[in-house]
Amino acid sequence: MRYQLNFDWLPQYLPTLIEGIGVTIYLIVVGAVVGCLLGIVCAWTRALGPKPLRPLVGAYVELIRNTPFMIQLFFIFFGLPSLGVQMNQLQAASLAMIVNLGAYSCEIIRAGINATPRGQFEAGASLAMGRFQTFRYIVLVPALQRIWPALSSQIVIVMLGSAVVSQIAAEDLSYAANFIQSRNFRAFETYIVSTLIYLALSVLLRQVLSGVGWALFPKRKAAQ
Amino acid sequence: MIEFTFWDILRNLLLAARWTILLSLVSFVGGGLVGLLIMFMRVSRNRVLAGVARLYIEIFQGTPLLMQLFLSFFGLALLGMTVPAWLAAGLALILWSASFLAEIWRGCVEAIAKGQWEASASLGMGRLQQMAYVILPQALRIAVAPTVGFSVQVVKGTALTSIIGFVELTKAGTAVTNATFQPFLVYGLVAIIYFALCWPLSKSSQFLERKLNAAHHH
Amino acid sequence: MPLITIDGVKKRFGDNEVLKGIDFDIERGEVIAIIGKSGSGKSTLLRCINGLETIDEGAISVAGEHVLTSEAALRALRLKIGMIFQQFNLFPHLTAGRNVMLSQMVVRKTKADAAEAMARKMLDRVGLVHKFDAYPDELSGGQQQRVAIARALAMEPIGLLCDEITSALDPELVSEVLAVVKELAGEGMTLVMVTHEMRFARDVCSRVVFMHQGRVHEIGPPETVFANPATPELKQFLGML
Repeated sequence: MRYQLNFDWLPQYLPTLIEGIGVTIYLIVVGAVVGCLLGIVCAWTRALGPKPLRPLVGAYVELIRNTPFMIQLFFIFFGLPSLGVQMNQLQAASLAMIVNLGAYSCEIIRAGINATPRGQFEAGASLAMGRFQTFRYIVLVPALQRIWPALSSQIVIVMLGSAVVSQIAAEDLSYAANFIQSRNFRAFETYIVSTLIYLALSVLLRQVLSGVGWALFPKRKAAQ
Repeated sequence: MIEFTFWDILRNLLLAARWTILLSLVSFVGGGLVGLLIMFMRVSRNRVLAGVARLYIEIFQGTPLLMQLFLSFFGLALLGMTVPAWLAAGLALILWSASFLAEIWRGCVEAIAKGQWEASASLGMGRLQQMAYVILPQALRIAVAPTVGFSVQVVKGTALTSIIGFVELTKAGTAVTNATFQPFLVYGLVAIIYFALCWPLSKSSQFLERKLNAAHHH
Repeated sequence: MPLITIDGVKKRFGDNEVLKGIDFDIERGEVIAIIGKSGSGKSTLLRCINGLETIDEGAISVAGEHVLTSEAALRALRLKIGMIFQQFNLFPHLTAGRNVMLSQMVVRKTKADAAEAMARKMLDRVGLVHKFDAYPDELSGGQQQRVAIARALAMEPIGLLCDEITSALDPELVSEVLAVVKELAGEGMTLVMVTHEMRFARDVCSRVVFMHQGRVHEIGPPETVFANPATPELKQFLGML
């Protein structure tokens, strides 16, 4: 018997898919923006910040980078309530993405900071800027510019990883797919469609990120 | 209901971790073999082969591993097989790993100076000979650290196979949690075990990279 | 019959025509210096002769056979004509000796002991047999370039193309490389050199080719070209030095 692919269910479930896409986009926007801010703070701490805090941030980064995202998610959603921290699915999913991207972007941004020529710090100091001012006004933007491609790739990876949040019933695109295939009994076709949507999202996200790069770093060349 | 002591929990998790390790090894080795093939296609001068390899990499790196697992699981079922979870899991992880390893290794091959291709060509070597004797031995040196680094992603990737029912560390964690109602403890232990597997790999990757940067260039 | 004939060769990179129709022949045993400003197309011409660049029009033939683009034809050509590069391009993962042995073994299928004997002979010829086991990064630039020459010689070519082989060297290392080339010339090896070493060109070469804006502007024996340049461009080029 030859299996016939069937996509007749698609129009009926389109709204479900679109809602799921909305949640996935929400997660990635929140995760990327807050996660990168967290990453900048952590990178500053690790590279230039108070010495006692550095190993702490280091431990956070190592812990996150060496455990699966899904376990982090489960720990936050199932584990934290026993400490009295209650969250709904979407909040837990957002927090997990922020914490995860925060650690990865910390390492990436730190590499960008460390690649700053000494002279840039010295020039800042010679202009009577404080350490934080030097970082904020001289070091940060060129550092981000240096690592923007790597950071963009990491954001796409985290976006694709977000599919796992369906496992705590956060209603993202993969949750929508699971829901639909349990109704239409067309699992393969449903996952083909959702996979293609993810592919489109990752292509789109890469475009958006390179556009953001253009806007943030207009034509200047970072000091190498 | 059976009472679980701390040691019962830990023992159950560690036993399940064996499957995480096994699946990681299979995926990494299998992904390496497929990845090598994709890498050769990607750097080939045949446009069709290079295009197919690009598309392969684009698709597997541009879609969630979770979706690939589902497609592998339900896709194999469409072929009329009763699909054991380990098969679907292994297949998806191998194909996914291959796309990343191919791209990592392509970067290493392309990092070799153009002069090396020209010098070996001027000595009469063919494309395969250039690859085998001149380019790959040099590319291999710089490939070791990022390859070891990627193995961490493979270990972490195996956690997703619990979703299609493969019983490994994460699946065991969920099962033990359901039996003990101690998610904080159980998922904490699961995280520690993953960390114990991944951290040495991360560290050796960093160590290898530092060594490479400090070393003589031969 | 000339060893190398270059016949109406044109080469473009995009809109930029770097070779605008080159014609000349090189006889067996000749030592040719190609001189000219950077961007005059001299290196491109050399690379075309070895098939590292394809040509858009015209034809090049070596020892009576056209330089074609098929891999088999290119390999056959490159067995006859060796090339030395500005940046040496030694294989950094192999010792000097292994550098010289490799292509003998994989291209010619020479046995290891015969390849090693040849490698020692060729390294001896360039005065570096004692560096057989040294890696490239343990050698000076001049030594690396001499190993590169030995590596090309080990394939027993009938001619050598030398692409600015002393340009990447510190001044004090130039002479040791030129001494090796001079010896090769004395032994009757056909040499085509793109070079900035005017004194060397005058002393060693049988003919000098002055290239200007993608064309052969002047060609002749060094006495004529250097003593009586016919065109203002060559006068200016020589005066500039």
